[in-house]
Parts: sequence; C-alpha cells; structure tokens
Amino acid sequence: MKMHIRLMAALIAFGVLAGCGERPPIETEQLGYRGTGMEQNRNPRLLQKVVAANQIGNIQPPADSSGPLAKDIYQNVQVLSDLSIGEFTRVMLSMTEWVAPAEEKNCTYCHNAENYADEGKYTYQVARSMLKMTREINSEWKEHVKDTGVTCHTCHRGGPVPSYVWFTDPGAGRENAFVGTRAGQNSAVTGLGITTIGHSSLPYDPYSAYLLGDSPIRVQGDTALPTGNRSSIKQAEWTYSLMVHMSNSLGVNCTYCHNTRAWSDWEQSRPQRTVAWYGIRMARSLNNSYMVPLTEVFPAHRKGPLGDVAKVNCETCHQGAYKPYFGQSMAKAYPELQGTKPVVTEPAMAPAESTDGATAASTKPVVAALTQPLSSGGGR
Amino acid sequence: MAMLNFEKKYRVRGGTLLGGDLFDFWLGAFYVGFFGVTAAFFALLGTALLVYGAAIGPTWNLWQISIAPPDLSYGLGLAPLHEGGLWQIVTICAIGAFVSWALREVEICRKLGMGFHVPVAFGSAILAYVTLQVVRPVLLGAWGHAFPYGIYSHLDWVSNVAYQYLHFHYNPAHMVAVTLFFTTVLALALHGSLVLSALNPQPGEVVKGAEHENTFFRDNIGYSIGTLGIHRFGLLVSVNAGIWSAICIVVSGPFWTRSWTDWWAWWLNLPIWT
Repeated sequence: MKMHIRLMAALIAFGVLAGCGERPPIETEQLGYRGTGMEQNRNPRLLQKVVAANQIGNIQPPADSSGPLAKDIYQNVQVLSDLSIGEFTRVMLSMTEWVAPAEEKNCTYCHNAENYADEGKYTYQVARSMLKMTREINSEWKEHVKDTGVTCHTCHRGGPVPSYVWFTDPGAGRENAFVGTRAGQNSAVTGLGITTIGHSSLPYDPYSAYLLGDSPIRVQGDTALPTGNRSSIKQAEWTYSLMVHMSNSLGVNCTYCHNTRAWSDWEQSRPQRTVAWYGIRMARSLNNSYMVPLTEVFPAHRKGPLGDVAKVNCETCHQGAYKPYFGQSMAKAYPELQGTKPVVTEPAMAPAESTDGATAASTKPVVAALTQPLSSGGGR
Repeated sequence: MAMLNFEKKYRVRGGTLLGGDLFDFWLGAFYVGFFGVTAAFFALLGTALLVYGAAIGPTWNLWQISIAPPDLSYGLGLAPLHEGGLWQIVTICAIGAFVSWALREVEICRKLGMGFHVPVAFGSAILAYVTLQVVRPVLLGAWGHAFPYGIYSHLDWVSNVAYQYLHFHYNPAHMVAVTLFFTTVLALALHGSLVLSALNPQPGEVVKGAEHENTFFRDNIGYSIGTLGIHRFGLLVSVNAGIWSAICIVVSGPFWTRSWTDWWAWWLNLPIWT
C-alpha cells in the first residue's frame, strides 16, 4: 500500500516535469540588484525558433542621392518628394520585396501598369499612407525606436498583411449569460476565434481600450492604505491583459521593466519601462492617425468582423523579440525612410556616409543577437 | 528544571548515529548528542554571520536588513565575502543546522524505539528549503537564483520570481501545494477544536472521549476518520505541502521558462476539441 502511494507520487511528480516540456540548461540574465529576483529566463532551444523567425529582410544596395528628384521625373509623388530618382527606385524595389505577396512580387500589386501615377488601387493609397507613417515613426518617435528605426519589413516581413495585427473583438457571445456579464473575459477563445492573451482569463481585447482609446492604464494605488483610488479590480485586470500582451510580444517577463514590489514607481523600474511607455503612445497614435483613417480605403475582406481596419499592437513589430530583429537595424540602411530630408538647393551632393555603416550592419549574423545581453542599450 | 519522577526511565544510553557516548547526555530537559552540538554550532555561526552582514550593510532596520546571494555572474562558484560570499556561508550553516536537527530527532527516536515520522516530516520542510536554495540554483547554473536572507527582501524576491512566470497562481504544482497548505490548516483546526470540545468541557461537565468525537463527525458529515486516522491524514497533507512547494519552485525556470498561464494550453489542445 505504501509502495503504491510512493509510486503514485513519483509518477505525478514525473508527470509534472514531463508536462512542462522544457529542461536545463536555461539561459538567465540578471536585471537588478543581486537577490531581487529580477531576471530573464530564456530557453535557448525555444529562442532559436524566435531568432529564426526574426531575420531582417533583404537590403537593396545604397542609392545615389545626387540625381534629380523623383518628383520631378514621376507624377504624383507626394511623400517621397525629397528623394533622388535612385533613392526613390530603391524604396520601390524594397517595398515590392518586403510587402507585395509572394505570388505577385511586382509593381502592379500597388500600381496600375498603364499609369503608375494612378491612385486607383487601394494598395497604392495604403502604401502612401504607410510610407508617411514609417517616416513619422523614425523621426517623431525616437523615444521608442531610438536610432534602430523601422522599415516596412519590420511589420510586413515579406507579406501584404503583417502577421500580427488586431481587430476589435466582437465578443465571444454569451456576454449577458445567466451567471452575469463576462465583461470581455473568462473565455478560452475570443469572438475572433483566437485564443485569449496568454491563455489567461484576462480581458481578451485590451487593444481597443488602450491602443485605440486612452483608458487609464496605471490604476494601481500608490499608497499602502486606500487613500481615494477608486479604480476597480476589473480595471486592474484590463491593465494586466495589456501587460501580458506586451510581455508575450517582446518575449520577456514582467521584471524586464518592473520591480514588482512597486509596479508604479518609476524610480524602481528599469529604463525599459520608459521606452515601453512611449511605445504604448506610439501604437495608439499610429492606429488613430494612420490606420483608422484608412478604413474606407480597405476592401471588406481586409477588415475585421465589425468592419474595422487592421490595427497595430506591440507584437506587430516585435514578434516575440524584445527588440524587433533582436536589435538589428534595417532602417539605418534606409536613410530614405528616416523622415523628410532637409530641402537641398544644390543638386550635387556627396553620397551619404551613413549608408556604408548600414550595409555593414546588414551582413551582421542574426545569431549574434543571442549573445547580446538584454540589458545593453537600454531597450533601444 | 526538576525532572519528573517517571522521566528518568526514558533517558537511556545509546541510539546515537555518531559520536558514541561523547555527547550522549542531557542539558536540563534537552538531549544534547553530537547533532545537538553541530546544530548549535551552525545556528550560532549562521546567526553571527547574519549580524555581521547587517553590520556591514546599509541599515539596522530589522525589516530591511538583507543578506543577498551573489550576482549571477559568479555562477556556481565562490563569491567574495561582501558580494554574496556571506550568503553562501550562511546557507551552508542553515542546511547544517536543519539537517543536524533532523538527525538529532532521529537519535531521540532511536533511544525511544519510536518510528521516524517526526524527522521524516521535518525533512519535507528541509527539502523545500534545499530545493529553493540549492537544487534550483544548481539547475539554473548560479547561486544568485536563490532568495536573500531578509524579512522584506525575501518577499520582494518571491514577488519578482513569481512575475518571471507572469502569473504564478497558474503553476499547477503551486496550486496543489497551496491547496495542501490550506487543507493542513483546515484539518488542524477541525482536529484541535474537536479534541478541545471533548476533552476540555465546561465546569461541571464530564470529559468525553473518542466515541463522542467520532459521533460528532458521523452526525456532521457522515464519516469520522478516527483518532489515529486524523493524524495519518494530517501527516500526509502537511508533508505533501512541503514536497509540492519544492516541486512548484523547481519546475519554475529549469523546466518552464514561459508564463504559467501558457502551460494550460495543453487543455485547449486536447484532441477532443481541436
């Protein structure tokens, strides 16, 4: 009898271990003072897959910036009007590689072959808006993207629709069930037919609240005893849902930004939290300034069940990496996407020096990111 | 401390594991033994080192004193005294004291010809401690994964380590351990209250025995586990609380690096509905 109990206990313990499906060695990294438990745990075998899925895209050879401006050669050039014809062509070629679908890797995915200036295709209009957006990110959101910057490929990764976008969730049904309202949570599968954030019971659409709307995120009281904070546990759960989304998107745990003894205290938080704070504002701004205005442009089959446009969240760029491509910069190789260049009066200019360094960066093996410490660079 | 007249017959020689007759004597009510000496040695040395650590530290505030383990960069090697080495020696002292205490219990059991249930039960608590401070750090490759010795600091460590796995309450072994801890408390409360209700009556009432106790629970829930059974049950749930605590922390990190909420994906992935 006793043998049976012991055997059963051993089997259960073994089952728990086997059920976990991971094993040492584990890569760990210290993020705070020793003994505080602020650490990242990374399974190198799982990380290899994430690294493999986060390779930078093809980088076209640098273009001559001294030629005539593209807007003087082509018609209807509105966004890239400051680029030389060489730079302009380089961006167009790159966009074809980065964004056009595999079965249609040519100019006509966006352009009318009869008239390249024709705005008829919806993809043409979306691309124009997205170029404007990319330049805004690289110039106006440096608090988040630093000098690493973004290109079309950061989100698109070679396809017309980024793999990680979100639509407003219609709800999983039974919202007013017999036992009361689910308040957008406590469901394994959302109304969009996808599993909930982190497989948790947390609200499954925090994006509408925080990355489209600007509901308050920092709802925790900052005093030990209640002193008038009227925020509810439900509000805290919405905040946690957003935080779990950020954690999953970046492949990091809570201590990457927070010292959990005092979530709200900036003094005890890591500098990465500041970068993330700007990231939330950036995603919200991009959704409201660029994505929502495109609602009428997109055809129905590109929209969500409620007719809303695809929108961005943290995962759209990060895709499981704490920095997109684990910190490698594609944008440095693309001065064309760095925001509107200052207007040049002299037609002839020396080739920009930055392109050399950028090409060197493009040949850097991505696996180097494995050995790069998470803490280096302050989340740039 | 006077000895009761019947106590003498229980104070028998022998039964020691180490040291023979050397420390086979009593100090007042306490049996000394070889492991009593080592337990006292490790406990005093460890405590003195904690006080030394506090002295070289930034505060004497009892809540905030903390003797922290080394940086992860020291791996499983020795660290300088003021950068975690103190923690390493204190940990050796703690394990030395705990194990000595358990072995001293074994010696007392042997003297009395009793079973080893008490040292075995205490062993589950030692197991949980050693798992936290030795087994898991070794599996993860650095002493720095262990918790610091401080009232607030060890709680801060618990909080951060739990959030390394986003939501520790989804850890299945943690669920089992917590349930066992609560069950232990419930069982002890029911047992203690039942015994007192029978054996400690109001003035003028007669003392009741096991039949009354059994009848109470048969009336109440249709079953009484019995006088011996309740202790077997208590031992089972309390020892398992320690064991499952050890399991729940040793799997966190060495055998699972992600959010514990994601572990439950196996449920959604069952072939029944996928």
